[in-house]
Amino acid sequence: MRRIPSWVWPIAVAVFTLALSRFVENDYYMFAGYVVLQYIVLASAWNILGGYAGYVNFGSAAFFAIGAYGTVVLDQLVEPPLVVAILFGGIVASLVGLVTAYLTLRLRGVFFAIATLALAIVLQTLVMNWEFVGGPLGVYTTRPDSIAGFPSYVNYLFVVMLVLALIAVLVARSIELSFVGRGLAAIRDNELAAECCGVPTFRLKVLAAMLSGGLMGMAGAPFPYYITYLDPNSAFSIAYGINSIAMPLVGGMSHWIGPVIGAVLLAVVQQVATVTISSELNLMIVGVVLISFITLAPNGVVGLFERYQQQRRWRPGK
Amino acid sequence: MVTFNLLLNAVVSGILLGGFYAAVTIGITIAFGMLDIVNIAHPVFIVMGSFIAYLVNRMFGVDPIVTVIVASPLFFLLGVAIFRFYHAAFEGSGRGSLRGLAFFFGMLFVIEVTLLLAFGVDYRLVRTTYIGPNVGFAHIDLPLRMVMPFVGSIALVSGLHIFFGHTFVGRAIMAVAQDEFALSLMAVDTVAIRQLAFGIAIATAAIAGGFLIVIQPVEPSLGREYIGRVFAICVLGGMGSIPGTVIAAFILGVVETMTSTLWGPSWAPAVSFAALLLTLAVRPSGIMGR
Amino acid sequence: MSKHGIRQNHGKRALSPELSFDDNPIKGTRLTRRLFGRGFMTISALAACRALRASSALAAEPIKIGFGMAQSGPLGGNGKAALLAIEMWRDNINARGGLLGRPVQLIYYDDQTNPALIPGIYSKLFDIDKVDLVLGGYGTAVQAAALPIVMQRKQLLIGTGAVAVNDRYNYDKYFQMLPNGSTARTSTSEGFFQAAMTMEPKPKTVAIVGALTEFSHNVILGARENAEKFGLKIVYDSGYPPNQVEFGSIIRSIQAADPEVVFVASYPPDSAGVIRAAYEQKLQTRMFGGAMIGLQYAELKQQLGPMMNDVLSYEFYVPAPTTNFPGIKEFLAAYQERAKTAGADLLGFYLPPYAYAGMEILEKAVTATKGLEADAIGRYIHETTFDTVVGKVSFAANGDWAKPRLLYVQYRGIVGNDLDQFKEVGKQVIVEPQEFASGTLHYPFAASSH
Repeated sequence: MRRIPSWVWPIAVAVFTLALSRFVENDYYMFAGYVVLQYIVLASAWNILGGYAGYVNFGSAAFFAIGAYGTVVLDQLVEPPLVVAILFGGIVASLVGLVTAYLTLRLRGVFFAIATLALAIVLQTLVMNWEFVGGPLGVYTTRPDSIAGFPSYVNYLFVVMLVLALIAVLVARSIELSFVGRGLAAIRDNELAAECCGVPTFRLKVLAAMLSGGLMGMAGAPFPYYITYLDPNSAFSIAYGINSIAMPLVGGMSHWIGPVIGAVLLAVVQQVATVTISSELNLMIVGVVLISFITLAPNGVVGLFERYQQQRRWRPGK
Repeated sequence: MVTFNLLLNAVVSGILLGGFYAAVTIGITIAFGMLDIVNIAHPVFIVMGSFIAYLVNRMFGVDPIVTVIVASPLFFLLGVAIFRFYHAAFEGSGRGSLRGLAFFFGMLFVIEVTLLLAFGVDYRLVRTTYIGPNVGFAHIDLPLRMVMPFVGSIALVSGLHIFFGHTFVGRAIMAVAQDEFALSLMAVDTVAIRQLAFGIAIATAAIAGGFLIVIQPVEPSLGREYIGRVFAICVLGGMGSIPGTVIAAFILGVVETMTSTLWGPSWAPAVSFAALLLTLAVRPSGIMGR
Repeated sequence: MSKHGIRQNHGKRALSPELSFDDNPIKGTRLTRRLFGRGFMTISALAACRALRASSALAAEPIKIGFGMAQSGPLGGNGKAALLAIEMWRDNINARGGLLGRPVQLIYYDDQTNPALIPGIYSKLFDIDKVDLVLGGYGTAVQAAALPIVMQRKQLLIGTGAVAVNDRYNYDKYFQMLPNGSTARTSTSEGFFQAAMTMEPKPKTVAIVGALTEFSHNVILGARENAEKFGLKIVYDSGYPPNQVEFGSIIRSIQAADPEVVFVASYPPDSAGVIRAAYEQKLQTRMFGGAMIGLQYAELKQQLGPMMNDVLSYEFYVPAPTTNFPGIKEFLAAYQERAKTAGADLLGFYLPPYAYAGMEILEKAVTATKGLEADAIGRYIHETTFDTVVGKVSFAANGDWAKPRLLYVQYRGIVGNDLDQFKEVGKQVIVEPQEFASGTLHYPFAASSH
């Protein structure tokens, strides 16, 4: 068990899920699963900058919306295949991440957070005033009925998002285990000291911002096909911002598996609550889950696990 | 066609609006600026204050601003209770402020849903004698509906400024904000002081709530729309500085009204927040920051 | 404690007083057995009868009608009101023996006014809950997101409160219970402009302002067209962001342009803000109003009170001699009673009658086609004119109302903040369309000189 490198597990789970999805007939599980996978991408992406480097991004919705509206723009012009739209969304979002980073990463952490919030609002206002993408009226995107090789288009969207989730997790993992990750951790612990030790803090932060933003944009790119009617309120929903922060926090921010755990936990709770309790109480449940986890598991689920392992080590042979 | 009259009134409206924004933000200035507690749920406490004002206004016809002033000690106690829990659970451990943020996110939802269950989803308004009349002189329009909250807000902020600058307790709070460690070395109970400060922050939320419901209709999820403004003003003003908050609030208010008048209201949020980004790029510590 | 004693006590407590035992335990037992036997047979016979009746009702499987409906989020207020109306229909029809002899069961989920939840909700309704029929939620965004899924399942979709959703798809089984009709973009403001042109002398200028949200913006686009059509010059044309707090500067800019007519497309908080600002500044204009959502709700009517005098706004229903449709009064009385505890709008003048009428239409179509087959139902609805609590309803090819029937109402003589005055005839005068008019336009705008 100890000999298997950790990157095998995400791939194995992804392949297993893919195989499973072939047999699922109900589109409902595809729709719900899509949302969970989408949040895995968002949470992992957020964690690159937020968990590893300690720079809290309040504006995840902005990057997500860039991906979504990028697809809309392309769709109005050329009707591209989905993969192209995803790449486009990812590139544009990471460029925006680059610009934001240049403008704000010289500031102390909290100012970066506020700046990302401001960015989200500025972008939403721009989109609202841009008639080409519908402005406040929103824009319709036709979801094709079927696509070759998949039982339904929704199934295809699910698989696409599965692949994106896998990519996001592997990217996060490779950052964490590389010198980039160590540099970011040094920045998180004490940026000044890291600078003094010769860590290229600014360059690393910009790289992290670009990767983080780019992945979020990629998560947003298939969204217009999922929802078929996109308006600024949906694209820039505060739910994306909040969940992107809450999920890594609940799952654990120091390890790449943390955002995955947090995303699965919170997203599944929300999806289940939507179709069972289904009322204002949904939001209450999310709030209570959040508070409970944050209070009882300070370093997330990963932290709980680490604490458990530590305790086991003190009691050998039991 | 833009006339001098129009511009003058835009500025005046902006200042009146800014005064209100200052009241809404002052709690964040204290909690976030001075105590480094990212209380993202602050706007929902304001909305809670609005609903209490609504309830009392509906049932007994009492003025909303009077109601919230009377209710503010209760909110103070609520703030103290929340701080106690927050401190026990989150401070002193790694990444405290980020976990505190998530905690307050959770609180935001819980309180919002409680308000939803208690009051329903509809917009609520209050009835007062000063909604409607307009006091004007020269060419300047002063709708009392904006003037009364403005006056109340200036009173609140001035009172707090005096409190923080010239009373022993207030100065203690500012000392804690400046260097908590040093203060603890001097055998000062910093936790008690911070607790007091946070209680005051929540009490101001109640009072701001009274102003809010006079100015606009309120429904439980309205708080979310103020999160951005509130933190923007706090940061723009220079974190824990009260005069800074007031100036930043005025600036934001005037920018909003001027943009409305000159280019059209649809661009106002973009202009306000772009101005914020610009300020952060040029002078990151804010207007009156240290 | 003798055995007798025990048995006697036991007997007296367990069975009715008339039946008691003598001292002979064996005799008592026989009596007990007989009494038990008879009693048991009676009871079991009764129970069997009830079970038979119940199981015959149970054997009739319920017809499941599924939908998402906003119970929270920006449109939660309307969603709650609509839901109450639909529940009232369900109770009503079940009391009358059900639909096609089967009880109706509603399965609904809160869509939180968030279209991102719609694909999940509707696919669950179809694939897991296995509903027989679906309805739309309230609002354009949620119905736009639901339509493709419904189309894929070749099912029927009836909804309220959405505009232009079917323009892109032209689906033949989509129906919209909105009196704005198929040209909603222009028809929403048409009555307003028609009323404006009844003024003497005819106005020449108009100011247009609205919220940058999808419904308001749509209406603004139509208002611009209407202004041109009626020969009015647009002297002010602006949109404001949804969370606008301060309307004084907007009203002042409008005043600076000196329009004779002011058209507003707004949502509840801005409707209140605009009316208050206009009142405070004594806006000088001849006619003021528009497609102002929120003025139809009890809370705003009550709290704005006299500030609404002479304001023109669209309404779906107001009590007037011309709107006395069959069943509307009874429906509203019953609704208003239930709304108190359901936390829904207390007057119910906006969505509830339309949601209820939509269910009446569904009921009639299902009963007439004697089944749940979507194609047949869809065809029937297209071909028929229905009599409902909101009058005669017939549908155009794209599912919208064939003939728009948006009422433009002017508020008059509102005093104080009493809610009941809005239940009377006369305070809300219908000025357009002419076939429903209960009065003529009063101008100039009262707030100009209050």
